[in-house]
Amino acid sequence: MTRKKRRLTLIGLGMLLLSAATALVLTAFQDNLVFFYSPSDLQTKPLAADQRFRLGGMVEDGSVVRDGQTIRFTVTDYAATTPVVFSGILPDLFREGQGVVTEGRLNSEGVFQATEVLAKHDENYMPPEVSDALERTGKMPNTMRMPESTSNTGS
Amino acid sequence: MHRFANPNRFLKLANAILPWSNGVLVVSLLAGLALALVWSPGDYQQGDTVRIMYVHVPAAWMGMFAYVAMAVASAVALIWKHPLADLAGRATAPVGAAFTFVCLVTGALWGKPMWGTWWVWDARLTSMLILLFLYFGYMALHNAFDDPQRGAKAAAVLALVGVVNVPIIKFSVDWWNTLHQPASVVRMDGPAVDPSMLWPLLVMGLAFKAFYVSVVLLRIKAEIADAKIRALRMSEIHG
Repeated sequence: MTRKKRRLTLIGLGMLLLSAATALVLTAFQDNLVFFYSPSDLQTKPLAADQRFRLGGMVEDGSVVRDGQTIRFTVTDYAATTPVVFSGILPDLFREGQGVVTEGRLNSEGVFQATEVLAKHDENYMPPEVSDALERTGKMPNTMRMPESTSNTGS
Repeated sequence: MHRFANPNRFLKLANAILPWSNGVLVVSLLAGLALALVWSPGDYQQGDTVRIMYVHVPAAWMGMFAYVAMAVASAVALIWKHPLADLAGRATAPVGAAFTFVCLVTGALWGKPMWGTWWVWDARLTSMLILLFLYFGYMALHNAFDDPQRGAKAAAVLALVGVVNVPIIKFSVDWWNTLHQPASVVRMDGPAVDPSMLWPLLVMGLAFKAFYVSVVLLRIKAEIADAKIRALRMSEIHG
């Protein structure tokens, strides 16, 4: 019985240390695990000029302007906004008021030149009748909770 | 728990459970497929593509559930040295790997039309891929030694180490921003899925669970039969 107890404590202790180590590693790599930066992050993060990165947020209502192949829109996280220009094929879910993740570079005028645009889907699933009813009563869930993960680390 | 470590007692229990799990599987799978493919509405944003969710989400749940089951079996095998626990871990691994694979493939099929890409290296997708590799590693390690006991021990340690990945998968969408959407069903504010879509999903989840129970019990039965044949052969050689 004592041998079993010893193995149990050993494994328990090992798992505890392993979880602690994993938590520390994940905290240390917090910035690298983030898939995209929000417009607010751009103001606080020191990004090298000409660095490729991903910018994510909501496509601002009424900001989409199509000019032939070129599409201009504004990405917002409701705290800051960044203008984006892209030429290419947009995914089906791309629309105003929906989440989007773009990849590219910031040019000298502060316009984000995207080479790829991905639509971000939110966690809400409902049939069209329900969404119509929610729109009418103004109870549509706020579709984008901007994750605050990058802005509050302070590192 | 010690009582069920006896293979004969386990076989009795397994034979009692199997008809029930098979019954639940057939009924819930038929009902779930009918609900998911015919009697549920399309999504207001995704249209009919939302139906991929009814396979993708239960597969993801079972991929993670099977891993936790495998880790628990590994801990029991390491601490109490129950031979049956090792068999249970062995029996679970390929099933869990298959669920994880289905989750990744259906996710890619959904991602292409919806996101505009098959794959991205965000935290959720990457941690799920690591889960698949952990299953592969467990199976490979189990068979990598001439002495099966050493293989079982090494694989069990790997299974325990890899279990830290499971909470990372679950909370990856909350801890970091990802392309993958946040949790829709198991979350603080209650499900963000309309009941007309949540019910088909839960019925499919039950079907996947019943499938898992049936297949793992069958696989453990086969492993026990295999061990008995080996013992008989050995006694023939030495007798």
